[in-house]
Amino acid sequence: MKPAPFEYEAPSSVEEALRLLADPAIETSLLAGGQSLVPALNMRLARPERLVDLGRIEGLDAIRDENGALCIGAMATKRSIERSALVAQKQPLLHEATGHIAHPQIRNRGTLGGSMAHADPAAEYPAVAVALDAEFRVIGPSGERRIAAADFFVTYLTTALAEDEILLEVTFPERPAGEGVGFAEICRRHGDFAMAGAAATARLEAGRYQDARIVLFGVDATPVRALSQEERLRGEVPSEALHAEVAAAIGAGLEEPPGDQHASPEFRRQLARTVSKRALEAAVARAAKA
Amino acid sequence: MSPTRIPVRLRVNGRPAEGLAEPRTSLVDFLRDELDLTGTHVGCEHGVCGLCTVRVDGVAVRGCLMLAVQADGAEILTVEGLASPDGKLHPLQEAFAEEHGLQCGFCTPGFLMALHELIDDEPNPSEEQIRDVLGGQLCRCTGYAGILRAVQSAFAKLGASPSTESGA
Ligand SMILES: Cc1cc2nc3c(=O)[nH]c(=O)nc-3n(C[C@H](O)[C@H](O)[C@H](O)COP(=O)(O)OP(=O)(O)OC[C@H]3O[C@@H](n4cnc5c(N)ncnc54)[C@H](O)[C@@H]3O)c2cc1C
Ligand code: FES
Ligand code: FES
Repeated sequence: MKPAPFEYEAPSSVEEALRLLADPAIETSLLAGGQSLVPALNMRLARPERLVDLGRIEGLDAIRDENGALCIGAMATKRSIERSALVAQKQPLLHEATGHIAHPQIRNRGTLGGSMAHADPAAEYPAVAVALDAEFRVIGPSGERRIAAADFFVTYLTTALAEDEILLEVTFPERPAGEGVGFAEICRRHGDFAMAGAAATARLEAGRYQDARIVLFGVDATPVRALSQEERLRGEVPSEALHAEVAAAIGAGLEEPPGDQHASPEFRRQLARTVSKRALEAAVARAAKA
Repeated sequence: MSPTRIPVRLRVNGRPAEGLAEPRTSLVDFLRDELDLTGTHVGCEHGVCGLCTVRVDGVAVRGCLMLAVQADGAEILTVEGLASPDGKLHPLQEAFAEEHGLQCGFCTPGFLMALHELIDDEPNPSEEQIRDVLGGQLCRCTGYAGILRAVQSAFAKLGASPSTESGA
């Protein structure tokens, strides 16, 4: 199992990478951590004529605080995110989700940007980005633009990125005080892609839901936000019965959960209920009880 | 098209090494075929089994998912670099031998290199941290109980007291 031949460039600047990417004469793919692209090359599912490696460009892996928001460079590895005290403090949901992605040996090289651009329906980061209203800073031949997470994930393995664009950075806005977050996923083996998972946030006021958010992954072509159930929670007193009802409605409301060798569509619906309930309960348990 | 071969210069197990690699050549194939370091094994070639695990600039990575050209300038540690120059095995290797951490041994180099990173990073790992690393390495014949015992024993030799309970 070896890749078809390709050429390789490792530019030292974003400008140079953009120029290489814009060349219409040669089919080019960007290479980040290679943890999704190289398996695809090895299996010859992808056969680009040239790879442009982003790994030699300085400064694309920074993790920084910008007026309270957390900005993470596309080339930051999952391992560096997992180990960043700043991430754990400012974005606990992102921190928790990172530990569920693959194995340490994969997280050592796989990047934030690679996971977002690859947009696997079962991946954790896209759902977390939607749950946290992240913003994607992207650069192309005509300059930079910003894309909201809600618009970034288009369908199965497809994002709003144009072929000649590079994802530079993802910004996670500062979280409101008192918010609790929850994360749950079910997979055959820890580190495998999830059969279904959910990320949730919750805020309480006087013992009632002020707001909540639930985003599922692994159950459709893109992350699924449970909008109507989020709406329903507002003003309610959290309880086991309420969460069970909401979770059941989320499972039943899924349009067309995928079926594969790991889980049938019906089983995924069931898993979606379970992870929705777990994530929501975890978020409520951590929310400030003011 | 005759593929161009690009010079790759790196350090392997503390010594400078160089060779030529087509861009599509993986780091593990380069180590095995070009540098004759066949201690690192190859299995699935898509990141799942962990046989090809080596340390690159300190971190344990899949040698089948990294291109040799990406490793230009890097410091590599392979299983051949674990024992002392006088042949004395690393405590981790000793522990695998003593605690029945291997049967056929095909998976062992990958386990050793993944765990070698853990030893450097976490002198006192939690059971969860150990399992997280072991979960990324497949063994199809020993069973993980012996491997877990070997890990416990290795950390004990190294003076740590990991909280692992036996029985995987
Ligand atoms: C055994 C195994 C288990 C895994 N389990 C999980 C899991 O549980 N959850 C999960 O989410 N992932 C999992 N993965 C995938 C892993 O997280 C990948 O690292 C990730 O999906 C891609 O990141 P990368 O940096 O390796 O990107 P690459 O593989 O290098 O690139 C992926 C794609 O993104 C494009 N791209 C990369 N960077 C940019 C950029 N800056 N701008 C524009 N396009 C870009 C590339 O052109 C390519 O098409 C697993 C992988 C393996 C091998
Ligand atoms: S050969 Fe690299 S992970 Fe299986
Ligand atoms: S010892 Fe045989 S596969 Fe692990």
